[in-house]
Amino acid sequence: MSVATEKAPAAAVPEPRATKKKRGPDHRPGLSRKLPYLLLAPAVLLELLIHIIPMLVGIWMSFVKLTKFFIANWSAAPWAGFDNYRVALDFDNAVGEGLLKSFGVTVAFSLITLALAWCLGMAAAVALQPPFKGRSLVRTLFLVPYALPAYAGILTWNFMLQRDTGAVNHLLVDNLGLVSDRPFWLIGGNALVSLITVAVWKLWPFAFLTLMAGLQSIPRDVYEAASVDGAGSIRQWRNITLPSLRPVNLVLVLVLFLWTFSDFNTPYVLFGTAQPPAGDLITFHIYNASFLTWNFGSGAAMSVLLLIFLMIVTGAYLLITGRRSRRA
Amino acid sequence: MRLRSLVAAVAVSALGVSLAACGGSDSGDSSNGGGGGDATLTYWASNQGTSLDNDKQVLTPVLEKFTQETGVKVNLEVIGWNDLQTRIQTAITSGQAPDVVNIGNTWAASLQATDAFLPFDGDAMNAIGGKDKFVPTALATGGKEGTDPTSVPLYGLAYGLYYNKAMFAAAGLQPPKTWEEMVTAAQKLTNPAKKQWGMALAAGSYTENVHFAFINAAQNKADWFDADGKPTFTGDGNVQGVLRYLDLMQKDKVANPSNAQYDNGTKSVNDFATKKVAMVINQNNADSSIVANGMKAGEYGVVPFPAPSGGEQVASHVAGINLSIFKNTKNKDAALKFVKYMTDATTQTTLGKPFSSLPVLKDAKPVFTTDAAEAATFADVYNTKSKPLPLVPAEDQFESTVGKAMNGLFAKIATGGTVTADDVKTALKTAEDQVAASS
Amino acid sequence: MRDTKGFKIYRAVVLTVLGLFVLVPLYVMATSSLKPLSDVQGAFTWWPSNLTLDPFVDMWRTVPLARYFVNSTIVSVVATVFSVAIAILAAFAVSRFRFRGRTVFSTTVLSTQMFPGVLFLLPLFLIFVNINNSIGVQLVGTRLGLIITYLTFSLPFSIWMLAGYFDSIPRELDEAALVDGCGPMGALWRVVLPAARPGVIAVAIYSFMTAWGEVLFASVMTTEANRTLSVGLRQYSTQTNVYWNQIMAAALVVSVPVVIGFLLAQRHFVAGVTAGAVK
Repeated sequence: MSVATEKAPAAAVPEPRATKKKRGPDHRPGLSRKLPYLLLAPAVLLELLIHIIPMLVGIWMSFVKLTKFFIANWSAAPWAGFDNYRVALDFDNAVGEGLLKSFGVTVAFSLITLALAWCLGMAAAVALQPPFKGRSLVRTLFLVPYALPAYAGILTWNFMLQRDTGAVNHLLVDNLGLVSDRPFWLIGGNALVSLITVAVWKLWPFAFLTLMAGLQSIPRDVYEAASVDGAGSIRQWRNITLPSLRPVNLVLVLVLFLWTFSDFNTPYVLFGTAQPPAGDLITFHIYNASFLTWNFGSGAAMSVLLLIFLMIVTGAYLLITGRRSRRA
Repeated sequence: MRLRSLVAAVAVSALGVSLAACGGSDSGDSSNGGGGGDATLTYWASNQGTSLDNDKQVLTPVLEKFTQETGVKVNLEVIGWNDLQTRIQTAITSGQAPDVVNIGNTWAASLQATDAFLPFDGDAMNAIGGKDKFVPTALATGGKEGTDPTSVPLYGLAYGLYYNKAMFAAAGLQPPKTWEEMVTAAQKLTNPAKKQWGMALAAGSYTENVHFAFINAAQNKADWFDADGKPTFTGDGNVQGVLRYLDLMQKDKVANPSNAQYDNGTKSVNDFATKKVAMVINQNNADSSIVANGMKAGEYGVVPFPAPSGGEQVASHVAGINLSIFKNTKNKDAALKFVKYMTDATTQTTLGKPFSSLPVLKDAKPVFTTDAAEAATFADVYNTKSKPLPLVPAEDQFESTVGKAMNGLFAKIATGGTVTADDVKTALKTAEDQVAASS
Repeated sequence: MRDTKGFKIYRAVVLTVLGLFVLVPLYVMATSSLKPLSDVQGAFTWWPSNLTLDPFVDMWRTVPLARYFVNSTIVSVVATVFSVAIAILAAFAVSRFRFRGRTVFSTTVLSTQMFPGVLFLLPLFLIFVNINNSIGVQLVGTRLGLIITYLTFSLPFSIWMLAGYFDSIPRELDEAALVDGCGPMGALWRVVLPAARPGVIAVAIYSFMTAWGEVLFASVMTTEANRTLSVGLRQYSTQTNVYWNQIMAAALVVSVPVVIGFLLAQRHFVAGVTAGAVK
């Protein structure tokens, strides 16, 4: 991901590379030429083994008819050309329609989760910026959801969201009396609400942590100067905090987007095999398309489409934010 | 100096990796031995008992006895249903597989299509004791019709309608013999205000739902695939059968809408065992959960799941667990011996009780219950009122697409929507398209 | 500095709302683990009417939790150690050297973050099996296979963060070390790494959490002997019952050490994230 350090202008505050090159530790040209490659070798080897080669195999899979009839002998699987893509993108057909719906759900899920996690993280980071008694205790508490193993947290939510025996309905219906009819949270339209809630619960501490760390690097006297000038809290936040956090935000937003968009654990642990259409996130949809119907070619094609989409979005994001930060 | 530290770093990495390699030594290594005396078989068993550990405790003495008799060691791994399908798929894909695996028999025809399993042809079938020892309908689940089966029945299961004797007596009701009687009785025993419901349905479990889609359609004499293996999901009998089952919640209102969230049969059985509901339709292995959750044997009775009057008398699909041998096993003879042992009369009797299963052998008596009437009911359903699920390669897709369609329809009903015959037809059409697209 | 009245109200509101949001699930987890099974299956109550410690006893029997815990710990710790070590080397190269293929490397590593893990699963399994068949290293159904997989999962983000952090360390420091006769590796070891300690710890925590919480690959690549917690916890829902109280008890027990470790390290993490992200 170190693209951010060089190519990606998301990395902001560009390092004066040219000077580094001259002053770099290459006083021994022979070794120096080989050394970076030696240093990269283990990473490259592992990336090849675990990521790149399987990815290429995956792309190949998307072009063959890899159904249960050929799964035991891949080499016999017939070439499908773009058939798998055609089926996945034919939105009049049940398969394509399902993929499109799932894509829509995922976009909604990802954007809302990202926005909420960021807002909560920011709200908490700002609230904890000035020191007060018990600050480190609160900070510790806020970090627990992130530190909890993912499935432990999600399983607890699953338990809380049960209709008859869950804590959420007990609170809403029995304690507060807000609704008379116990709502469903894990099926029907509310499933998306539940999914977002759980994802935000798990993710916002990460945003909080990153933003809080960013805030620490803003010198205090900047705020003091602003106070003297009569700027209120809100103006201070807008004029000082937000611009200072820009480099952090650029990276944070991208990471949160990629993580939420390809979130698999949350729907998988929250809904089990009974995932409702409103909670049908795309990676889970692809999992079902591959493993439940044994159509691995089709699942691979969907994955490649997802990859292309994410690459375009990321590329555009880096391009746009990069141009802006260069102007700044 | 720099080179040396580099070398050191590499050496440390290498050492570390080899240290790490010491972990997890006894994995499913099935490559040794040649079927002779000291062969070791790897056996994957699906979860049947109260926990994976419980299965292990039950199976271990049985496997030890096999080792004593034949000298063949068995390496057992019990696998939860959550993981079983992906485990089998990856095993098939890679060829790195156990020797023997037990599977839900409804997958038999689908797994057969992968060509990864050993067909029980004449010789293999003789080696395990001949096909005549099995209940014919049970053996029929072993693969596509007219082919050598790639699996043989191991544990037999069948659906029955469990009812609470005390509740029925208090309401002056007789156990139902037709669908209509069942609905009437259920309505009489339903009182939402007191959180009392006539029935519990595992309406959020696609595997349970699809079984009832199948059984209800079969009662309407409707099939899900034609002779060429093409899906025929949208036939009138199929739509009406599905709707009849959905109407238990929608029109008849005898099931708690919360059931739409019950994503496995366990939850509905628990409601029955804790006396929140008067009836539940489940397979006979519900017995152990019912007792484990506080109801005593004798407090409940079982009758066949009834068809509407004038309908076909189908009360269950031929449910159960089958046993398969992976084709690339290096211990074929030992594996055949093992299958023979697991399906012989003694082992069937030993395992019938803890796993609450029906014997898959002709002439064998069910031992899973001491209640003679219950045993007779289930034996009758299994032997005469059961129909195998579609024996076509696309069976697994039928299960997931139709089952999930029903999950969605139940969810719609539970959250206040209305489901008409047209809605059912539309949902089944989508399922049919999905199956058609990937076959 | 900004202790106005408005800010204090704002802070009180934020801390209350977020505190409740975080605490309620933790509270439910803790109290449910102290209830008998019949109570967790019935209507929810905020306060347990029958307190019992049985779930904490039974949970070790229903599922071999201790073994899964050991497996998870070994896999996560070893994966973390190697991931961090390899990421340090790669990040050092990216940060301190200009070489051909640097951009290609960076871009490729970034793109791996966008490919859905679901699709790796089958090909990766197949590759592992082929490795086993050709050179005899057993990767499927062993801890080694999981370790290699997980350490690679966290590599891209780790390299990215560390490279950013290394960039922020003035090169004058390296120079000084070089002048003192150290080679580049000596400079890394003696100068860069000590200065980058917070970042290294941050990356280590991230790697650990990645390995500790992974579900999908663990469910396919493990067998009974090397199964990890993420798969193991799901086994409390069996054919005959869902042992909610034991799930909660087990979740609590396996979380406590991690939460404690995490919190001990969080001071370093704070500094680490800043530097990595700001760069």
